[in-house]
Amino acid sequence: MARSTVPIRNGEDVVRVRQEVRRLAIEAGLGLVDQTKVVTAASELARNTLDYGKGGQAVMDIVQNGARRGVRIVFEDNGPGIADIELALKDGYTSGKGMGLGLGGARRLCNEFAIVSTPGKGTMVTIARWK
Amino acid sequence: MAKLSASRLPGILSDSVRHIISDWLTSLKASPDGRLPAAELEAQCESIVTRLAQACREGNLTDIDTSAFAPLRDVLADVSRTRALQGFSPTEAATFILSLKQPLFARLRIVLASDPERLASDIVTMSELIDLLGLFMMETFQRAREEVILRQQTEISELSTPVVKLWEGILALPLIGTLDSARTQIVMENLLDSIVRYEADIAIIDITGVPTVDTLVAQHLLKTVAAARLMGADCIISGIRPQIAQTMVHLGVELNVVSKANLSDAFALALRRLGKMVVNQRRAVPADPA
Repeated sequence: MARSTVPIRNGEDVVRVRQEVRRLAIEAGLGLVDQTKVVTAASELARNTLDYGKGGQAVMDIVQNGARRGVRIVFEDNGPGIADIELALKDGYTSGKGMGLGLGGARRLCNEFAIVSTPGKGTMVTIARWK
Repeated sequence: MAKLSASRLPGILSDSVRHIISDWLTSLKASPDGRLPAAELEAQCESIVTRLAQACREGNLTDIDTSAFAPLRDVLADVSRTRALQGFSPTEAATFILSLKQPLFARLRIVLASDPERLASDIVTMSELIDLLGLFMMETFQRAREEVILRQQTEISELSTPVVKLWEGILALPLIGTLDSARTQIVMENLLDSIVRYEADIAIIDITGVPTVDTLVAQHLLKTVAAARLMGADCIISGIRPQIAQTMVHLGVELNVVSKANLSDAFALALRRLGKMVVNQRRAVPADPA
């Protein structure tokens, strides 16, 4: 299946992540609303990877589960990690200057959401949106 | 050894300028390029070879950063910049200066036929020199391309953030494309300036052309709205498409601003707020009386 890896090092890379995710979402046959949701979630997580994880990469695939098709994206960074994931997911909480809605919002915009983080080592967030 | 070879090369070059130019032109014209007029090519070759000979008389052949090479560097920079703008590929630009080696070496072979040892060492010296010049040209070429990209970026950011006056006291700001931080800054400044200039009471921010509205974009919008409010202007956000509306609800973003589905609804609301009304002047458009 189509797989694509986008490094995230600066603001333009966040735009590239959005474009790639939109391309794969269209290829997977997602409707306009689902496309917009997964692209927006990817945009939030890519910016988190850049701002809080000090850069990393996004690996995206078209996935198939029986008759359902979808897009799965894995964001990885080697940044400081998240000490309290529950707190980070809480709406309105931010350790930076944002609105504190990105991480929780991304979870609400996707069908699958998993986050693994080791303080001092890095963070890996996996999301998927099905048709 | 270095002294020995340095002593004769400048002399040979100066004596052979005419020969080298004509040989070089012959080989270049063997594969003509429509983008480059013959007269321009001839002028370029002539000034490069002349200045190369001059630089060799005055300067050190292993260091092109010295002042002796300044005139040559100028003309090379000029040539590679124009080629970058004319749309030549990097390979084509580099091949141009590298193709000077053939006529140059041919000349050295003729003049130094009786002294093979010096011929070999002179060819190495000249070859290294031309390589340095090639690298210099590539760098200028690259820089010219980067300048083009930079200029386009500025153009795009200015083009895509016009503030238009719709009516006395009503402004519209149609946003198009990605709202990254650098552009949002320009958008904000443009809008606030225009509010003062047009003495506007209402500003309509239209986001029909913004493909993705995430929390950062929402935050930028809210900050712009807040700043406009401080200046005494109310904002209306228009052009929120259905999929964007659904996404924003899931994200949990609340825009505490009046919003409308399209620009025309927002304009109607703005007119109402200012106490204006759009009425039919006659029943319908009358037929041509003649």
